[in-house]
Amino acid sequence: MSAMAVRIRRKSVGLGLVAWLAGVVFFLPIAWMALTSFHSEADAATNPPSFAASLTLDGYREFFGSGGGASPWPALVNSAVASVVSTLLVLLLALPAAYALSIRPVKKWTDVLFFFLSTKMLPAVAGLLPIYLFAKNTGLLDNIWLLVVLYTSMNLPIAVWMMQSFLAEVPVAVIEAARVDGARLPTILARVVAPIALPGIAATALICFIFSWNELLFARVLTGVVAETAPVFLTGFITSQGLFLAKVCAASLVISLPVLAAGFAAQDKLVQGLSLGAVK
Amino acid sequence: MTATTTAPLAGTSARATRQPSARLRAWATRAPLLPALVFMIAVTQLPFVATLVISFFDWNALYPKARHFTGVDNYRQVLTDADLRHSVWTTVLLTVAVVLVSLVLGLALALLLDRRFPGRGAVRTLLIAPFLVVPVAAALLWKHVLYNPEYGLLNGLLHYVGGPQPDWISNTPLLAVEASLVWQWTPFMMLILLAGLQSRDQQQIEAARVDGAGDWQIFVHLTLPHLRRYLELGALLGSIYIVQNFDAVFTITSGGLGTANLPYTVYQSFYQAHENGLASAAGVLVVIGSIVIATFALRVVSSLFREEVSRA
Repeated sequence: MSAMAVRIRRKSVGLGLVAWLAGVVFFLPIAWMALTSFHSEADAATNPPSFAASLTLDGYREFFGSGGGASPWPALVNSAVASVVSTLLVLLLALPAAYALSIRPVKKWTDVLFFFLSTKMLPAVAGLLPIYLFAKNTGLLDNIWLLVVLYTSMNLPIAVWMMQSFLAEVPVAVIEAARVDGARLPTILARVVAPIALPGIAATALICFIFSWNELLFARVLTGVVAETAPVFLTGFITSQGLFLAKVCAASLVISLPVLAAGFAAQDKLVQGLSLGAVK
Repeated sequence: MTATTTAPLAGTSARATRQPSARLRAWATRAPLLPALVFMIAVTQLPFVATLVISFFDWNALYPKARHFTGVDNYRQVLTDADLRHSVWTTVLLTVAVVLVSLVLGLALALLLDRRFPGRGAVRTLLIAPFLVVPVAAALLWKHVLYNPEYGLLNGLLHYVGGPQPDWISNTPLLAVEASLVWQWTPFMMLILLAGLQSRDQQQIEAARVDGAGDWQIFVHLTLPHLRRYLELGALLGSIYIVQNFDAVFTITSGGLGTANLPYTVYQSFYQAHENGLASAAGVLVVIGSIVIATFALRVVSSLFREEVSRA
């Protein structure tokens, strides 16, 4: 018996080590990116790689424009505006909609829910050209507010699905009590539903933020110099420009930082958001 | 029993006598839904209708006066164009390869993470990280920092063991794009499958173990059947996202070396070649392809969803 226990124990330690190894292998590119971002350009581009080269902030200084390149700040601000404003709009539209799909459901509420989901499965490229032509004719090209509207539509289905499942957990009795006291819908949503469903709403917001921050295709086609977002700024690094690895790594890391932070904060609800609420 | 039969009756008579107020109430129930619904229809459905209309016109943006109706000519041209057919094939190859490989790797990782071991939370965090790198940044990381033939990390590590120094992107361009996408999407699959593993009926597994079933038997006869729908869901959602992939193709190869997929081709045909009609026809074809995948996806989501609703 004890021999078997030892064998089981050894096996589980072994599998734990394999899991650790897998984690390290998957994380290695990111760790290497972080290390390279703190190397000088000369140390960043060596073969074999210089693991122990001295550290410097030059890559970051270069990225933030001290080397005469374009400053990334306008792009970062544009991305922040597009992501934050579109996320707020999404919440504003999705919260009442989710209420009408869970707490006081309309007839055929599942059909409506699946309509929202089906729009998410329509590839973005399919609507790109008319949106481009519309923007061109109305002077909205290179305008960050056009991206705000598009990112809102991109994330609204996800938010409706997630919030629907979170609101379904709010006890009906609490809402009935508020209604008996004469509270109207906006008050009920803001004072009763929102506080209870807050963790879920926060996770929804973080996931919408990530998707907007990451988006490239629309931003690439519909913006130029003024409204360019952070991912579009990154496309400037697609063609090599001599020794620029440390700068690329610094740029990629800085621009990914908000997403990494939001993603780790929403870790537990991430699956639910990505699977559009199908998996809890 | 009497109470349940009389209650609906009372409801109907009330509706009959006060019809307008009932209709008003129905609209009051619908009202919170309308802004979101109208917004979605305006922003996602109208452009698609426009795409459909444009796809029947011969329309090059550089010669706007020559625009005219051509019926299905654009579709004929798209379907017979060698480049476009190649991009259809590339899209299929890219999607199937990335989804299958990341699904298998994701399953292995989910099984590893499903057991207790020291630092499980930390390993989970390490594994999720690739999914949380901005896609363009991830593509740049692979292109410049890992694949670069002179100073990339891959060749740097090969150098230590005296291996060859291949030019990864030039030699195997599609594989290079696929590897970077597998790295990003494996965590996604792992998360979905881990959720599936953790929703297993533990008592059933214990019972099987007491009856003398081994790990492998439990995996094949209990775990896999339970995971089936989670595997389907992962495959379908992954397909929907990866069919639409633009960032990796655009960044790593710029659509060159035979890696142009449909989204990239559509982008190129109107953004660079200004062929609005052709681009629209290709766009419509992408949609038809996605509808096929989406129909299955919706069915799987729907079955999981109904299960959740009935469980609640």
